[in-house]
Amino acid sequence: MRLLLIALFALLLNACAGPQLRGTGDLGLIIERASGHITLVNTTARQPYARIGGLGDLSHASAVYSRDGRYAFIFGRDGGLTKIDLLEAKIVKRIIQSGNAIGGSISQDGRIVVAQNYTPGGIKAFDSDTLELLSEVPAEYAPGQFSKVVGLADTGGNKFAYALFDGGEIRVTDFSNPRQPTTQKFPAGSQPYDGLVTPDGRYFLAGLFGEDGVAMLDLWQPEKGAKKILENYGRGQEKLPVFKMPHLRGWSVAQGKAYLPAIGRHEVLIVDVATWQEVGRIPVRGQPVFVMARPDGRQIWVNFAFPDNAKVDVIDTLAGKVVHAFEPGKGILHMEFAPRGENVWLSARDDNKVLIYNTENFAKLGEIPAESPSGIFFTARAVRIGF
Amino acid sequence: MSPSNFIFGLFFLSTVAIAGEPDVARQKELVHLVRQDCGSCHGMTLKGGLGPALLPETLRDKPAEGLAATIYYGRPGTPMPPWKAFLSEAEAAWIVDKLMTAFPQ
Repeated sequence: MRLLLIALFALLLNACAGPQLRGTGDLGLIIERASGHITLVNTTARQPYARIGGLGDLSHASAVYSRDGRYAFIFGRDGGLTKIDLLEAKIVKRIIQSGNAIGGSISQDGRIVVAQNYTPGGIKAFDSDTLELLSEVPAEYAPGQFSKVVGLADTGGNKFAYALFDGGEIRVTDFSNPRQPTTQKFPAGSQPYDGLVTPDGRYFLAGLFGEDGVAMLDLWQPEKGAKKILENYGRGQEKLPVFKMPHLRGWSVAQGKAYLPAIGRHEVLIVDVATWQEVGRIPVRGQPVFVMARPDGRQIWVNFAFPDNAKVDVIDTLAGKVVHAFEPGKGILHMEFAPRGENVWLSARDDNKVLIYNTENFAKLGEIPAESPSGIFFTARAVRIGF
Repeated sequence: MSPSNFIFGLFFLSTVAIAGEPDVARQKELVHLVRQDCGSCHGMTLKGGLGPALLPETLRDKPAEGLAATIYYGRPGTPMPPWKAFLSEAEAAWIVDKLMTAFPQ
């Protein structure tokens, strides 16, 4: 009898101590910008499962994932680079890599994490295992002049494309030898504000703030140089004031077309990706900030700059117009789709929560409390080029 | 100066100072606007981003009137937009005054 009890007790202990198994495919994180926290979430349960603090200034933070989706690399405004283990729900390593950063990216093979910096302007490459600095490439565009770097995107062969806001260039840095990178430079236009690589990794686009247009580089034929598309889309009309810079990423491409925010116009511009000609524009209710395609490309969700940042417009790509316009909350800063797009998560900064909506019928499915939430990043990004 | 004149003078000065300040509720709105919305480019901690830092040490050598005009009218040729649709000139001047000393959280 006594032996049986001991055996039972041992079994019980075992059950308590056993690790809770978890896959990474339906995990993600929410940036809480004001307090330096992140909340880890499960996108199937639609619930948070952990919260981690001590990440510094996250006021313009973004995240990329290791190939297995286990580790997130979070780039903070203060130059912090933090590696998070989503399974153990803890910080693995944290370094301060610059004075003022704007984001980062991870290489095709997952071995190199690259940060893009405003101060000092340039990019830095780190070993994704150890966060050891491998090399740095200053964004010097004239003797002694360093540019803020924007739009860093991973492309094939451990190459990274990015643009220089002050320098007006697109650059492609090849880290196939990560300690001795090589860089190609292409004149792009006035004040590139962000960039994207198409989901196939072929084209890099840099949106221009200082002129109407978008610079485009064919990464398969870089020797042809960057060329201008969507030139003069404002046609000399006076620009509306832009109270927040739009963001570009590969999510803009859907159904063979790129949906891009106009600058200083309350419009989404549509470009045919085969010809790079403008094929339409859709009026929306403000200066677009994020123009994001649902993963199947049927819908485009658009949020807006101040003072229209309570609004969200949904474009149906088949109908070619806004089919749903609503005001889900105060200060809608970011949107992230579930991996296959059946629902979307919206961060409502001034409501201190993340809202979850069904994308088919626009019904609200739930909400998650978060302090001043901004970016939402799901692990499905791990397997996509340019995310 | 008689004591009563002196007291009147003090009273007058203090009302002038108060007249130039937004009320407490409006101050709160303006602080939120600066930290969150100006913060998109200048950083929530005002250490700079795509736009320059707005810390006392970076603004020290710049004339306050010029800074208030930049907020109110914007700065053509740069991404700085005019904010005149959302605040008055006096409120822009109040923001500059706070930025140059210690900006509230």
